[in-house]
Amino acid sequence: MKVEEAKYYHQVDTVVVGAGLAGLRAALELARNNQAVGVITKVYPTRSHSGGAQGGIAASLANVAEDSPELHMFDTVKGSDYLGDQDVIELFVNEAIKTIYEFEHMGVPFSRTEDGKINQRPFGGHSSPRACFSADITGHVLLHTLYEQCLKYNVHFFNEYQVFSLLIKDDISRGVVAWDIRNGGLHIFHSKTVLLATGGYGRAFKITSNSFANSGDSLGLILENKLPLEDMEFVQFHPTGLYKHGILLSEAARGEGAYITNDKGERFMKNYAPEKMELAPRDVVSRAEQTEINNGRGINGQEYVYLDLRHLGAKKIMERLPQVQELALKYIKTDCTLEPVPIQPTAHYSMGGVPANIKTEVLKNGNGDIIKGLYTAGEASCLSLHGANRLGTNSLQGAATFGRIAGKSMSEFVKSNAYESLPSNPLEVANGKISSLVEGSGKEKHASLREELQKNMTKFLGVFRNEKDMLTMKQKIKELQDRYKKVIIDDKGKIYNLDLIEAFELGNLLVFSEVLIEGSLARKESRGAHYRTDFPERDDENWLKHTMAWKTETGVKLDHSKKVIIYWDRYPPQERKY
Amino acid sequence: MAKQKIKLKILRYTPEKQKKPYWSTYQLEVDQDSTVLDVLNEIHWNIDGSLSYRRSCRSAICGSCALKVNGQNILACETPIHKFKGKKLKIEPLPGFPIIKDLVVDMDNFFEKLRQIKPFLILKKPLPDKEFTQSPEQFSEIRESILCILCGACTSSCPSLWSNKDYLGPASLLKAYRFIFDSRDDGAMERIDMINDRNGIWRCHTIFNCMEACPKNINITEYISKLKVKIVENSI
Ligand SMILES: Cc1cc2nc3c(=O)[nH]c(=O)nc-3n(C[C@H](O)[C@H](O)[C@H](O)COP(=O)(O)OP(=O)(O)OC[C@H]3O[C@@H](n4cnc5c(N)ncnc54)[C@H](O)[C@@H]3O)c2cc1C
Ligand code: SF4
Repeated sequence: MKVEEAKYYHQVDTVVVGAGLAGLRAALELARNNQAVGVITKVYPTRSHSGGAQGGIAASLANVAEDSPELHMFDTVKGSDYLGDQDVIELFVNEAIKTIYEFEHMGVPFSRTEDGKINQRPFGGHSSPRACFSADITGHVLLHTLYEQCLKYNVHFFNEYQVFSLLIKDDISRGVVAWDIRNGGLHIFHSKTVLLATGGYGRAFKITSNSFANSGDSLGLILENKLPLEDMEFVQFHPTGLYKHGILLSEAARGEGAYITNDKGERFMKNYAPEKMELAPRDVVSRAEQTEINNGRGINGQEYVYLDLRHLGAKKIMERLPQVQELALKYIKTDCTLEPVPIQPTAHYSMGGVPANIKTEVLKNGNGDIIKGLYTAGEASCLSLHGANRLGTNSLQGAATFGRIAGKSMSEFVKSNAYESLPSNPLEVANGKISSLVEGSGKEKHASLREELQKNMTKFLGVFRNEKDMLTMKQKIKELQDRYKKVIIDDKGKIYNLDLIEAFELGNLLVFSEVLIEGSLARKESRGAHYRTDFPERDDENWLKHTMAWKTETGVKLDHSKKVIIYWDRYPPQERKY
Repeated sequence: MAKQKIKLKILRYTPEKQKKPYWSTYQLEVDQDSTVLDVLNEIHWNIDGSLSYRRSCRSAICGSCALKVNGQNILACETPIHKFKGKKLKIEPLPGFPIIKDLVVDMDNFFEKLRQIKPFLILKKPLPDKEFTQSPEQFSEIRESILCILCGACTSSCPSLWSNKDYLGPASLLKAYRFIFDSRDDGAMERIDMINDRNGIWRCHTIFNCMEACPKNINITEYISKLKVKIVENSI
């Protein structure tokens, strides 16, 4: 390990921020090539949210039915509602196969077919059974295997360190500043390259499947550095969130044949997607559910419908969906082998994020200019692989494949570039944040601000959106941002200060949410996960383009000049019907 | 949702301020179907922000929030308070680990022991172009062992470990099982050398505490026994 261990100052060629699938896969790529890498993560690597992924990871192995990368590409392009960049998707579907065999060779325990191959199951929006899986703990086994491989290659981990600021000057990344959660204290990480792999940001919503850690930290940090985010209006709502909790019951349940029913006991998907039924993509199913609920056909008129697995039989449920069974039983005392399970749409996946090109280099604008030395992969990034709507099982694959690609890109960069000097006062920004939260004179509590944000985001920027609601939310977010300046924390100590962590995270939620709202207001069409009741049609003529958004002194600045990369001869936009 | 008044005790400790941990009492009103984590959040968010604990996924898969409540090691996020019906909750950090602050413990040693058993596939054969074949039966040998979320509840409840800190402990042994019994692995001998050590598998006296503590209901003792048999077979 070549990290210099001077206290509070570390020099290491590459800093990977985040130890989910994207971060670990990148770190492993570097370590295998004998490159110095330090992984900074605010939770222990095995606690990362990738471990929560249940259903599967996509690759057209064709182990159980005919399949091909071309088909995978078509499904992904269509699933993205034609907003996905097709060069990225093409690379993705081809590399996906390699990523899976590599995982298998690392020891990932995949479920198997009778003839001993990796088993594959159907998943929403995929036209062939393409989800490689390990029962319903796919993310868990992938994450653990990657972590173990990183141990094998002696990757250096900075566990429970949280990045508080990025060191970017003159469009060059020079490192990061991180807070040592366990002992307190800020550390400078001086590096040639930085990878932002901090995961999703579903925590802006009240009903969400995301973990507490999914607070979109790097999004806040990017905006703070006057850099843009891309396509933030696209947030996927998953149709099978456990009622009131929001935690996820895997789509694998529907992959295995579960029904969704309304108060009348009707499989209502027949009215919305007669061909694919429950296996239509998530945005379609979530909207169908919400429509049923809004029209009083939720169970007993309430805010939920049923996920019914009973006909699958206890044996299949226990074998293929043990986690689904366990979650329903433990959280709401419902035995899904005997009773239907109450569900509602839950904020699940963030398609937008830190813009990057196909090599995972972070973009400075819509013209393709980059920030030297800064990279991003996984759910924090917007490449744009998923466009306006991600297909299930494509995100684990996206995180792993582009994590590997990021590792490779950074490895090349490191070899041909020297260290750039640090800014003159590298700790200034991070220190400012801490002192304002610890020593400020205000009286606001981060918990109540967060609750207000989440409640209102779920209400006003949920499955269905309209201008009036979004304008209300725009007002609200301004108010919350103002009040945030007066937040003060109870805990003034250095050691494991959870209060400080949460207050810092709220700051990030509040900035990127503003961008999310403005992006949604501006996009006057319905595409993929972004659905406006006042503009219910997709509008290719005006809106076949990405959103780039900056936070400025005077509000959010938007630029819609970034074109979607489309292979017009092969995958021209068509109506998206299922 | 019906509300309920509860009274509870939490073991608190801030090393910057106190020499040793002390009990603090709280009274609050929560939903009847609250989990232990909901209660901790409620205290941290609305009563005393200085209370620290670990949590992340809320769905019993990240393994962050293992704690001891009324003498039992549990995951805070999946355990409803009504499980301890009528009793006053007594919440403390996982025993057997040094306390960092309040309910947060130092698990470095736990993860270090995991590293010791070489927790990765060891291959001595060439890689196939596609996947290694493994039958569903072979997969089912390890199916339960891969459920482990490294929460530490088992290791923390093991009396053998309390008396000898260097003992590998149930979670690492389970991990050793997971690899030794993976049909693809060629590293059994290396790992057996490792666990057949003074501080290894023979420190397990089949007390079953680990199994009771495991939130994933993994039959840890059975797998440790299978490992013992394997070692004996190999040494003849
Ligand atoms: C319940 C659930 C089920 C899912 N199921 C599937 C599925 O079946 N198939 C599929 O393809 N996708 C699924 N997804 C989506 C998929 O799991 C995620 O998109 C993917 O795992 C993201 O990986 P990641 O590496 O980008 O981020 P994560 O795994 O979220 O990791 C983020 C990392 O960043 C670190 N971090 C964050 N901020 C900071 C900071 N400021 N400083 C330091 N470290 C930081 C965290 O500690 C963590 O290590 C699911 C998602 C959820 C919520
Ligand atoms: S075996 Fe069970 S108790 Fe032990 S670490 Fe794994 S999940 Fe936790």
